[in-house]
Amino acid sequence: MNRVEAAANTNNQLFIPYIVAGDPTIEVTIDLARVLEESGAHILELGVPYSDPLADGPVIQAAANRSLQEGTSLQTVIDTVRQIRAAGIRIPIVLFCYVNPILKYGLHDAVKAASEAGVDGWLVPDLPYEENDEMKKTCNEYGNVLISLVAPTSNERVKRIAKEAQGFLYCVSSLGVTGVREEFDHRLDTFITAASESSSVPLAVGFGVSKREHVARLHTQGYGAVVGSRIVKEIEKYETMLRDPNQRSKALLQIKTFVQSLVSS
Amino acid sequence: MQQSYPDHKGRYGPFGGKYVPETVMAALEELEAGLKEALVDDAFLAEYEEVLKEYAGRETPLTYAKRLSETVGGAKIYLKREDLLHTGAHKINNAIGQALLAKRMGKTKIVAETGAGQHGVATATVAAKYGLECKIFMGEKDMERQKLNVFRMELLGAEVVPATSGSKTLKDATNEAIRYWVSHVDDTMYLIGSVVGPHPYPYMVREFQRVIGDEAKRQMEQLPDAVVACVGGGSNAIGMFTSFLDEPTVQLYGAEAGGKGIETPEHAATLSKGDRGVIHGSLTYLIQDEHGQIIEPYSISAGLDYPGIGPEHAYLKDEERVHYEAITDAEAIDALVKLTQTEGILPAIESAHAVALALKTASTMTSDQSVLICLSGRGDKDVDTIRGVLSDDKGGES
Repeated sequence: MNRVEAAANTNNQLFIPYIVAGDPTIEVTIDLARVLEESGAHILELGVPYSDPLADGPVIQAAANRSLQEGTSLQTVIDTVRQIRAAGIRIPIVLFCYVNPILKYGLHDAVKAASEAGVDGWLVPDLPYEENDEMKKTCNEYGNVLISLVAPTSNERVKRIAKEAQGFLYCVSSLGVTGVREEFDHRLDTFITAASESSSVPLAVGFGVSKREHVARLHTQGYGAVVGSRIVKEIEKYETMLRDPNQRSKALLQIKTFVQSLVSS
Repeated sequence: MQQSYPDHKGRYGPFGGKYVPETVMAALEELEAGLKEALVDDAFLAEYEEVLKEYAGRETPLTYAKRLSETVGGAKIYLKREDLLHTGAHKINNAIGQALLAKRMGKTKIVAETGAGQHGVATATVAAKYGLECKIFMGEKDMERQKLNVFRMELLGAEVVPATSGSKTLKDATNEAIRYWVSHVDDTMYLIGSVVGPHPYPYMVREFQRVIGDEAKRQMEQLPDAVVACVGGGSNAIGMFTSFLDEPTVQLYGAEAGGKGIETPEHAATLSKGDRGVIHGSLTYLIQDEHGQIIEPYSISAGLDYPGIGPEHAYLKDEERVHYEAITDAEAIDALVKLTQTEGILPAIESAHAVALALKTASTMTSDQSVLICLSGRGDKDVDTIRGVLSDDKGGES
């Protein structure tokens, strides 16, 4: 079984952190992968930085810019995953990547190279249901899953998307872009219920999930939690220390403590 | 030909489509349905035509450029005078269409992106006319370069929101406008200014701009031998070309921004130098690096420095129906001066790219042939830029 599917099926309190690969450096990304695994993450969503990230809010945009400044590309990220695996880190990895870098690399080549490096799945935020045939087929050919998203506005689309979901179904909690929010969209419960009725895979909720209470609420309801911007913000806070080899382990420990606090109930 | 595409998935051959986050899909579907209804609603179409006539100033004249033609010594040159429209360019055709559609669909707010400010001004104008709340996203750098247009939009009652992400220019303003729209789809319509973006935008903007070519075709005594327009995103060109696509004797030419030369990195020649990829929800040609990151383009003309191009243009290039050529800053300015001094018509720098390509083309033709140029906008907005360029040139010579 694919590692993402295995993790999603065996944990009823899925915790999925998101970080941008290469933020602030590739070396740090490898350390962070270990830290997140040790903090109890079940799946790692690894962002490939992009110049025009339509679905992302300011926090992740800034992280992507830091990473692009370091020269990170899809190739670099695939190589990083290979290093993560070589370091003995086994957490399932889903690459969060906009479609253009994939097309430029060559869709088939990208999926093949990533799979060989140890990637388990892909999430392509600007490849909706109508456009994802080839990507899904190619992912499956290499034993990867393609994660689908549904949003509170998806309405009758929810059923179609949920029915074909693989790994876990990513439910966007609120309209707009990724980012830290105080409250969830009021339509959340209705739409998640609709999604879970049609879905054959577990649900994970993301966009705006930023507090221990959010995670706890989702876990109580039996849904997974994706935390992105809030963790990326923490990485941003310790950027200078993370770049300094002498202070890195201290910063990593701070981040670990923070991430653990998100999931401890 | 044009009736056969886009297909039901918004494709022009392999190009186009809807490469957007799931959060936008419902809004696009709603827009598609609203547009489909509106385009067969006689009352809607009648109102659109009425506003174009009574408010925007259609139909626009067709001018025979006698002295310019004589200077070139080749084909007769005709100008379709979109520069005479209210707000100074063809952009108003589309802004009126989309604002009427927003009203018809019960939206009370509109958002738009703008580069130089022309689409922003057109949008703010129709927002004022229809009492719609209006937000215009504009790159922080562009706001600095186009202070007067920022003030003009604010005077019209719009809120101009600086786009501070990425390279702080048009592409980033577009990202920000889409991001904002995604969070406010319930009451907000997004007015795209060109034939770009996810389906149905390229199709909708074509339908609201095709009046240019429909009119010009009627006004010409006989079919022109060549039709020339400038392309940034490509809305005035699509508007002009659509009526002529099925006329095999008419050669179609698109002038893209060659900037400082397509052999340099400073250009916006998407079709000459770009390759396939996805930008702002559409599969098309774009200017990108080896890793698929979008590169900020360059042109003297703020209306042409867009790293992508409408998907229909990508298709027309591959089908070899339209011939696209890059025109440098210098060639455009040269053509601008020629047109101004032979006809007393100061074109926008964008439109001057079309004039430059038309002059090249006309010079290879005979006096019984004709070239039709889409003069998409007037140059009042560019006087400062032109003065800068021309005084630099003089300085260099002395």
